[in-house]
Amino acid sequence: MRMADLSARTARLRARLERLGSTVTSLVWRLGFASRFLVYMVLHSGTAFRRFRLTIAQVYFAGVLSLVIILVSGLFVGMVLALQGYDTLQRYGSSEALGVLVALSLVRELGPVVAGLLFASRAGSAITAEIGLMKATEQLSAMEMMAVDPIARVVAPRFWGGVISMPLLAALFSAMGIFGGYLVGVQLIGVDAGAFWSQMQAAVDWDNDILNGVIKSVVFGAAVSWIAVFEGYDAPPTAEGVSRATTRTVVTSSLAILALDFILTALMFTGGN
Amino acid sequence: MQQEPIVEIRDVAFGYDAARPVLNEVSLTIPRGSVVGIMGQSGCGKTTLLRIIMGALLPSAGAAHVLGRQTLGLGREELYAMRRKMGMLFQFGALFTDMTVYQNVAFPMREHTNLSADLIHDLVMLKLHAVGLRGASRLLPAALSGGMARRVALARSIALDPQLILYDEPFTGLDPISFGVIVRLIRELNDSLGATSIIVTHDVQEALGVVDYVYFMAAGRVIARGTPDEIRGSDEPFVNQFVNGRRDGPVPFHYPAPGYDADLELAAS
Repeated sequence: MRMADLSARTARLRARLERLGSTVTSLVWRLGFASRFLVYMVLHSGTAFRRFRLTIAQVYFAGVLSLVIILVSGLFVGMVLALQGYDTLQRYGSSEALGVLVALSLVRELGPVVAGLLFASRAGSAITAEIGLMKATEQLSAMEMMAVDPIARVVAPRFWGGVISMPLLAALFSAMGIFGGYLVGVQLIGVDAGAFWSQMQAAVDWDNDILNGVIKSVVFGAAVSWIAVFEGYDAPPTAEGVSRATTRTVVTSSLAILALDFILTALMFTGGN
Repeated sequence: MQQEPIVEIRDVAFGYDAARPVLNEVSLTIPRGSVVGIMGQSGCGKTTLLRIIMGALLPSAGAAHVLGRQTLGLGREELYAMRRKMGMLFQFGALFTDMTVYQNVAFPMREHTNLSADLIHDLVMLKLHAVGLRGASRLLPAALSGGMARRVALARSIALDPQLILYDEPFTGLDPISFGVIVRLIRELNDSLGATSIIVTHDVQEALGVVDYVYFMAAGRVIARGTPDEIRGSDEPFVNQFVNGRRDGPVPFHYPAPGYDADLELAAS
């Protein structure tokens, strides 16, 4: 009786371990597949650059069409930063430093990260859905049958379009945020305009702050675009498959942005600053 | 001297996994200039065979010679070079939804040739005229009916004057008028281009009217072959059931199941 109980328990434990093992294996396998996909795509990016209009069209779809959400969000994030920042800073009598606080928060962190998250949900999901549907309706197979490589013709321009758009969107987000901070801090609350701008100018460093922010946004852009095109290309060719892939793009990209942000921040801003 | 056939499949076997073979010792020969039908029930391996002919799948045994090349061992470049001489019509057309009809037909020309825009314009109009849709050149695929979309896809697949045209279920979901148009176009285009056509379909009655020769498949094998008249008169039970659309025969109406009594719990247990 006891022996039977024990062996049943070991069997359950074993089944659980096997499930864990197979989940891990399939994750690693998928990551490997995604990496090979990335390498292939980068090696076959000739068309995307030789016929740059293909990529420009994707910059329009991923970048220009994301402008509204990016600009509006940037404005509001900047305004909220100014309200919250002023509330804390004025307790220490340093409300003139408001400009510095708003600018540094945006340029270093919020610009790349929030713009990245918005980009993932606005443009990343659209890229996945588009490629996934093209696959489901056999458009990619048709291209392949016409001796046109769909990765070079369809996927690579979308990837590079995303990589190019993302830093520009992050920069616009930050600029809009600083403007929002100015509106609330200077125009509404009445912080001295001269102090707001001059302290910001003095404190924000080109290499340390701006360039690092740009590097972050390029990395996030590449990560989101990679995830988006891969999920689309790998999606099962059904309605359910495409919808799941789209969700996965948003979830995976968002998590990837946050994890990468932590790593990059640790590398860029520890010690010295 | 007889010309070498455009497609020759010899003893081809294929399975997506080892346990379930999809094709078994399939052999067929398709002479130049003909319209050949590959017919059979859904799931009998027709589409897999088509994919082997176009080089998208490689046979696990046997050999496929297409356009004078063996598909096994072809590199990507060579495979693409071979496909430039082929046209393929997908089941639902597979038009690029973000391009107009004109751009769809121009797509293969723009990708593979250095022709001037003027010349491409003339060629596109020529192809669209051949399928009767010159007037629809500015429309997007979403604005087309199923039959029109199929005709545009046909124009696109003959854009580069292919030697071999493959049709995957070209008749599915068409109204009788569109259907008649497609049937006529397949024959006309084949003869005017001097091409060879392979039609994979389960619409047997309809397809028997167009083709010169038929290969009949069941369960991954070629079970009958012949001219349309021979197929209509075939006494092979499966072909007979299929051509005449009988409910029961070698292909049973019922999916394998336990006894009816047992399922209804009528039998004493």
